[in-house]
Amino acid sequence: MNDDQNNQDNGRRNALKGLLGIPFAAGAVWGAIKHTQKQQLEKKNILNVLNIDAKRPDNTANLAGDPVRIGIIGFGIRGPQLLQALGKATTSWIDNMKKNNPDRLQAFLDQEDLNVKITGVCDLFDVRADEAVESFKDDGCKRYRHHEEMLASPDIDAVIIATPDHWHAPIAIKALQAGKHVYVEKPMTHNIAETYALRDAVRNAKNLVLQVGHQHRQTQSFITAQDIIDKRILGHVSLVTTNTNRNSDNGAWQYEIHEKANPQTVDWQQFLGSAPKIPYNAEHFFRWRKWWAYGSGLSGDLMSHDFDRINCVLKMGMPKSVVASGGIYTHHDGREVPDNFQVSMEYPDFSTGSSREAGLEKGMTFVYSATLGNQFSRQTLLMGHDGTMDLGNTLSVWADPNSTRFKEQIKNGIIDPNVPMYAYNPAADELDAVTSATSKYFADKGLLWTYVNGRRVDSTNLHLKEWLNAIRNGTPVSCGIDQGFEEAMSSHMGGISWKAGRRVEWDHATESIVALPGENLDEVLLRTNVGMYDKVIG
Amino acid sequence: MAYSKTQLTALVALRMLIGWHFLYEGMLKLLTPEWTSIGYLRGAQTFKGLFGWLSSESMINIVDWLTIAVLIAVGISLLLGIFTRGGVILGLLIMALFYLAQPAWPGMEAVGQAEGNYLIVTKNLIEFGALWVVFLFPTSAFVGLDMYLTKRNTAMA
Repeated sequence: MNDDQNNQDNGRRNALKGLLGIPFAAGAVWGAIKHTQKQQLEKKNILNVLNIDAKRPDNTANLAGDPVRIGIIGFGIRGPQLLQALGKATTSWIDNMKKNNPDRLQAFLDQEDLNVKITGVCDLFDVRADEAVESFKDDGCKRYRHHEEMLASPDIDAVIIATPDHWHAPIAIKALQAGKHVYVEKPMTHNIAETYALRDAVRNAKNLVLQVGHQHRQTQSFITAQDIIDKRILGHVSLVTTNTNRNSDNGAWQYEIHEKANPQTVDWQQFLGSAPKIPYNAEHFFRWRKWWAYGSGLSGDLMSHDFDRINCVLKMGMPKSVVASGGIYTHHDGREVPDNFQVSMEYPDFSTGSSREAGLEKGMTFVYSATLGNQFSRQTLLMGHDGTMDLGNTLSVWADPNSTRFKEQIKNGIIDPNVPMYAYNPAADELDAVTSATSKYFADKGLLWTYVNGRRVDSTNLHLKEWLNAIRNGTPVSCGIDQGFEEAMSSHMGGISWKAGRRVEWDHATESIVALPGENLDEVLLRTNVGMYDKVIG
Repeated sequence: MAYSKTQLTALVALRMLIGWHFLYEGMLKLLTPEWTSIGYLRGAQTFKGLFGWLSSESMINIVDWLTIAVLIAVGISLLLGIFTRGGVILGLLIMALFYLAQPAWPGMEAVGQAEGNYLIVTKNLIEFGALWVVFLFPTSAFVGLDMYLTKRNTAMA
């Protein structure tokens, strides 16, 4: 071998050394492609089995024309939030967000313009009313001392009611009679009689729209959940569990008492309305949720949310019977409403469909369990023979290991009962149906889903948009009087059961809560001790 | 720098192991459209301001794309031995960020889905150390496409 040959060999060997990495790079790329293909195939297989259509119904709205002129009644905590969802924020909120939460401010500014003007405000506390007038002066916002003055005004087309509960129905009824459209916060009513009265008022007001403030009906996970139920993926749901878990002053309605509140700045007599006439009491004014005279306890205040969350998915309507128990165990601070509250609602004739032999499965229990002394997050679970749905802002569905419907897929390994067979991210167009430890981890953690891809949209904004679209174009609303009626009546049954200490029944034929001989159910429900607070006045 | 044959083999192997890991991770993320780094960033235990900003709505898309691009670029650079110096520096930077987001310092909660138990030293930190070695003991002039670039440069000199 001569030198030239040696050099040539070395050259070739060196050239090969230069290219050594190429097959490895190709290997890594090939491996990644194969892995992804396998995952996509698994996902496709499961999705073919489930055939869930997660698309939101068309919610485009024609909101052109003159702005709808809105009067806000109640501008405490929820009132300003509702106006923010309409694209109207107070000057102080905007300044606060500029400093502390620019992302939230940006999300607010990015909201769809709903073409409204805030032309009136009613609030019984001068500071709040003045703030609204000042913030919305460009809209021509005027303060009305009494809601009846506002309702008589030709400058108002529609009202948003975010008052204490005992004012919801009286104002809503008057508004409808005055020809104004109504958006009313939950619970729709404070007692049984006014629930019927409000329903009559809506039925008599032919061209007016009432929407109850259960904005979760706009949340994509709840729309997807309805499709999952319609496709009978869970099989027969025998148990639904819902919860409230809170462990803070704010969560227990111990709101701040404003330093400028006094009998001169608060219209106390008007606040009282149907409540017992007691002297001015700042705590009652700001923390009204703690007393039956103005609020509705955990049943109307928070269970109403959970009831409607499930009712919009299952459409199970009124329960046959309701049993409630609980007490004041974590906040002995003078309140009357329980802070620990457990309710069982029975639906013996209800079924979401069965994959088993005909007649075997029928009946369901809805459970609501609440404490204001612990905030461990318990999931909302819809538990069926074929699967379990964990329903919140995110949605996950697990196959049941003993499912009849998915028996074959579980056997073949297409579906693993230990990880979600379907998980949905409401904020993104993407859905992730696969079954990996990572997606399970992030789904459990719950911090991922709302931010991926698209921008975040406030459900309340969509709910108000639906209401405004209905006002302008006669389209339907998702939480009208019938849904509100069921939400309110089932809440009242919970309250009555707790107060009367007995099982309360619903008569489907007469659409009424069954009273014992001589019993006035509204009296039981509204029974309050606030009259005893005379001595504690501020 | 002169290496023995075994030393060179070990160093090239180390470089390519890391390259494979980066390239595979990058490709997998590229092929999974729903992947995002937001969970990792929002779970950050140090420099929360920095990682919070990176995971903000205005930044997250850019951050996700950059992460994928850097992983793939570093992977190719280390495997093929091309522009290796730059690739390793980029790799060191991104590993430092990965480590700092979840550094397992005393008193911090173990988060994430990583298997195993860690105190201060995590797999990210070990990979950072390995990259450091690759940086200090370059091999791409002997095994890798850089050898052509290096030779041309030598010839030109």
